[in-house]
Amino acid sequence: MKKCRILGLFGNFDDAFAAIGDFRNHKVDGITVDDVTFLSPIEHPDIDDVLGPRKSHIPKVTLCGAAFGITFGFLFLASAQSNFLIQPQGGKAIVPLPSNIVLTYEMMILFSVISTVIAFLITTRLFRKRKSLYSEKITLDQVAIEFEVDEKYIESIKGVFKEHHVVEVREEVQT
Amino acid sequence: MQNNEIYKDINEDLKWAQINKDILSSMENPRKGYWISVAACLALLSLAIIAEVYQYNVGMGAANLNWPHMWDLYIATFIFWIGMSHAGTLLSAILHIMNADWRKPIYRFAEAMTTFSLLTAGLFPMIHLGRLWNMYWVLPYLTDRGIWPNFRSPLVWDAFAISTYLSSSALFLFIGMIPDLAICRDNAKGWRKKLYTALSLGWRGDDRQWRNFRRTYLIMACFLIPLAVSVHSIVSSDFAMSIMPGWSVTSFPPYFVAGALYSGCAAIITLFILLRYYFRWEEYMTIAILEKTAKLTFAIAMVWTYLNLIEFCSVWYGHSFADKEVLLAKFTGPYAPWFWLMIFCGSVVPFALAFEKWRRHLPTMMVVSILLNLGMWLERWMIVAPTLSLSYHPIAHDVMWASWVQWFIVAGSFGWFGLLFLVFVKVFPSVSMYECKEMVLHRRELAHKEISPVMANNPGGGAPASGVANKSPGVEGS
Repeated sequence: MKKCRILGLFGNFDDAFAAIGDFRNHKVDGITVDDVTFLSPIEHPDIDDVLGPRKSHIPKVTLCGAAFGITFGFLFLASAQSNFLIQPQGGKAIVPLPSNIVLTYEMMILFSVISTVIAFLITTRLFRKRKSLYSEKITLDQVAIEFEVDEKYIESIKGVFKEHHVVEVREEVQT
Repeated sequence: MQNNEIYKDINEDLKWAQINKDILSSMENPRKGYWISVAACLALLSLAIIAEVYQYNVGMGAANLNWPHMWDLYIATFIFWIGMSHAGTLLSAILHIMNADWRKPIYRFAEAMTTFSLLTAGLFPMIHLGRLWNMYWVLPYLTDRGIWPNFRSPLVWDAFAISTYLSSSALFLFIGMIPDLAICRDNAKGWRKKLYTALSLGWRGDDRQWRNFRRTYLIMACFLIPLAVSVHSIVSSDFAMSIMPGWSVTSFPPYFVAGALYSGCAAIITLFILLRYYFRWEEYMTIAILEKTAKLTFAIAMVWTYLNLIEFCSVWYGHSFADKEVLLAKFTGPYAPWFWLMIFCGSVVPFALAFEKWRRHLPTMMVVSILLNLGMWLERWMIVAPTLSLSYHPIAHDVMWASWVQWFIVAGSFGWFGLLFLVFVKVFPSVSMYECKEMVLHRRELAHKEISPVMANNPGGGAPASGVANKSPGVEGS
């Protein structure tokens, strides 16, 4: 069975949400709300209620970045300080904790931010070539529902789209 | 009804397509004033380049920087620009966390201000060193010559803190701009199309991207706030951790942070008025938003004034003879005119912001915001110069005035910042389009909620029956 992509453009959130509601209620056998990709010019505040909870792993990566920043920052400074014995320390600590806390704090923030950004780039699947079904109207004022499904579901999905006043339907068979 | 219109942050009847069109077309066709400003910035920058080349060839004596005045306008201006950088953090991160959505049309340029202020501030320690080629000595790198920075010094902390702040705020600015860059990509032609295609990283606006985008933005905002506070606290430590009279003050870190937020807010007002004029953004940079920014500035001005008084009181009631001498010299000595001008600009002028009539009057706000920033710049100068002219040893008692070289470089820093900023606002959307759309949707929902109870009592009232809140002004609306 060939895989197909289908994209329905809607003029407003209400119609699109109603269509998603139908997919949630299994109006098309074999299609669930988890198969829905929803595209919009903004993040609608109710989108989580409509699509159901979907996880984001970014906070965990941020936490790892912060832990790495603290460890690396402190060890980097301490190893540098303990290797630099040319300068007389005058009775002061070779690894001074108060100043290292300040610098470790900065390192923690830096690595947290960098790891958050890297996690964002990976989890959002940016840097990928845009799918051909993308419509420029999505960044203008329309919303879209996209599926990547077996060919046999296409007509049923189109039927649901039409029921909810779809403005335009685009489809593509994957080779 | 018409009276209510002027108190609206944004007009909820704006069509989404109209928002894209307004912002994108105005970026390409600014008013003449924009080009005049670019020319003025270039002229100022040229002055600074001439002065810097002269100083580089002749030596630091050309700037009148000599013992005991090793720090003067350069370091004062460095602190001023670091302070200015707090604008973005305040408007973007703090207000984002507090769900103050009126910030949405204006936070982008405030974030850009942060990045460009830091880039400007970063130049001053290098210029101040004189030996530009040795700047890298402050960086922690291993060397067999035994050169190693002193990690106990707040000056090294500065290098860490500012570079962390610069990288984080630049990433924050860029990440927040990605959905708008996608809008630009879908509408641009020629070189702009190529640029926006590369920078939008293939953004499609799917639910996965939005969900992760929101998380990322919120997490970064949470990190940026303590970072901004730490940066200016560390800058204040350059002074507070010394033993110089007038500098070793416990309240310096909060005083510096309040001053930073203050000057940042004042600069936002100035740039708000200029951008509104240059790009005809009256629909987005509304008077209601300006008024809220002005109120915020007034509140911060009062905090700053209080911290100023606290600083004077702790010195006055303390028992340090030298500290008291410096304080008295500020009140009555050779720097007194500048000190009192600072007090006037920083503590008296902000009372203009307490009056609604003036808060809503653009020319008045322009003058007030410039005076506030003048006060904030003078504040930094009044921290640096009087102490250096009156330290512990009588042999070091000397008043020195900056030469033309210093003044030109200070003026040039405004040109440099202005140029970076003006290029940015011309190339990138400085009004967040997707967030204006969110605002419009939100306001429409609120309007619908206000209409609904009326509708319950008056079913035939003629208002839309349902679905108003979620109707994007898309195909049906446009």
